[in-house]
Amino acid sequence: MSTILDLQNITTTVNVGTSEEKNILKNINLKINDGDFITLLGTNGAGKSTLLNIINGSIFPTSGKIILKERDLTNLSEVKRAKYIAQVFQDPKMGTAPRMTVAENLLLATKRGQQRGLHLRGLDRHLEEFKRETAQLPNGLNERLNTFVGNLSGGQRQTLSFLMATIKKPELLLLDEHTAALDPNTSRQLLELTNKVVKKEHLTCIMITHQLKDAIKYGNRTIILNSGKIVLDVNGQDKKTLTEEDILQYFTD
Amino acid sequence: MSLITSTIGQGLLWGILALGLFLTFRILNFPDMTVEGTFPFGAAICISALVHGVNPIIATILSFLGGMLTGLITGLLYTKGKIPVLLAGILTMTGIYSVNLRILGKANVGLLNKATLLNEKFLQRLPDNFPTIVVGLLFAIFIILLLALFLNTDLGQAFIATGDNEKMAQSLGINTDNMKILGLMLSNGLIGLAGGLLGQNGGYADVNMGIGTMVIGLAAIIIGEVVYGNLSLTARLIAVVIGSIIYRLILLLVLQLGFSTNDFKLISAIILAICMMLPLFEKKFHTRKLLKKGVTKP
Ligand SMILES: Nc1ncnc2c1ncn2[C@@H]1O[C@H](COP(=O)(O)OP(=O)(O)OP(=O)(O)O)[C@@H](O)[C@H]1O
Ligand SMILES: [Mg+2]
Repeated sequence: MSTILDLQNITTTVNVGTSEEKNILKNINLKINDGDFITLLGTNGAGKSTLLNIINGSIFPTSGKIILKERDLTNLSEVKRAKYIAQVFQDPKMGTAPRMTVAENLLLATKRGQQRGLHLRGLDRHLEEFKRETAQLPNGLNERLNTFVGNLSGGQRQTLSFLMATIKKPELLLLDEHTAALDPNTSRQLLELTNKVVKKEHLTCIMITHQLKDAIKYGNRTIILNSGKIVLDVNGQDKKTLTEEDILQYFTD
Repeated sequence: MSLITSTIGQGLLWGILALGLFLTFRILNFPDMTVEGTFPFGAAICISALVHGVNPIIATILSFLGGMLTGLITGLLYTKGKIPVLLAGILTMTGIYSVNLRILGKANVGLLNKATLLNEKFLQRLPDNFPTIVVGLLFAIFIILLLALFLNTDLGQAFIATGDNEKMAQSLGINTDNMKILGLMLSNGLIGLAGGLLGQNGGYADVNMGIGTMVIGLAAIIIGEVVYGNLSLTARLIAVVIGSIIYRLILLLVLQLGFSTNDFKLISAIILAICMMLPLFEKKFHTRKLLKKGVTKP
């Protein structure tokens, strides 16, 4: 089992030198293995989103190192890291371009992290593939490839965001409460899809959730953050026997 | 009749400016005030080049390149200097005013019968005002074709995505700063070109000719949208130029009603304000249908 992501002594402090100074992440050390499907839990404000943002490069740590497959990403921008890392945000509006069609959005995603030059985009060449990919999804996107994304429902947009994140296989997939804005049914469907795709494509994935049941049900590993520290990190058999009561013990302030 | 043909010619040339503005205002989704400096800059470069005996084709190209330069400056101030885009544009615009004075040496410079792109020999055989229409049409078609092609490339799609959802674009590895700079350069290049062509058409460059150009460009874009509604991107480019012609015709009409050219700026502002409020009326009175009938029926 090889290490994909290695976080070394990650500390994040905001508003340094003011009365608002706050230590959001405190000396995080974390090794993530190839094929790990991690559910990440923690109270509001525990630092989960901040941790993902550190990994994707939208914020930089105050100190520490980020190594992905032996490449040092610590000083690489989010744009540069996109080559390796894909993400789905909580807000369905964040992950898709509303005035472009479903197919155009997908096309953008197939070229994640690549040099984009003056070649014709070649949408037609990809339509078959997009039809096939979207037909596997629960909410009829295959019928709406030429619809502007702004006209889709939140659930459809989020399903599309997920497909966009995985259509070109990432080395690491980050999901920040990606089903939180959806109704229970749609949320369930997208979680099942996530589980299926992560397993089938053998993706390495970190998924933030507030649903204890989902955190237990999905993935091979569960991590709990509390006030910027990892307070639980279980996998394998320990993870399988994890109960909601066990988890709740770690949800103290 | 000659009033109408001259208006159409003007509309086509102003349409080039509107196409440039479309790239920032509609695709990148922000107002770029540089236009009011870029337009006279293009004219100043072109006219003084012609006065110094430069070939009209080269002088016209220079006005495009000059525009790209102002776009680059605003783009750098905005993306690297982190100055809000509205202010970045105003800064460049203000600075260019002095540069224009330097280039022209005084506030207004006339062409004095120098050769221009619009009085090339083969155009001279056409009836009055038609040289402008032919040149305007050629440029408009050429630019629309190139833009449509560009927007359909990988780079063009990344450019569109930047304006549509910057956060998403970044997460897909698109360098959005570069896209904004590119857009501002292309946009202002076209605006400078429009300045050069309209300067040649009018026979002069004036340091104050930029005032109100933002409103003129926006009016063209919005009239095009009001009249033609939801279209594909390429069709929207065409609608922008048609909107520009319609806008000129409306101005002509107003002038015929007895207003003077001194009232132009006020009238342009009122027309744009009305057009921007049209979607509001649209909901209540279905004005788009009415307008469409008015435009498409003889
Ligand atoms: N730029 C910032 N400036 C100041 N405080 C910040 C900043 N970013 C995050 N914080 C604070 O850091 C803490 C952790 O935020 P974060 O968004 O990582 O929490 P979270 O675990 O994702 O919470 P939630 O479950 O509510 O999404 C919060 O208290 C938040 O207010
Ligand atoms: Mg969060």
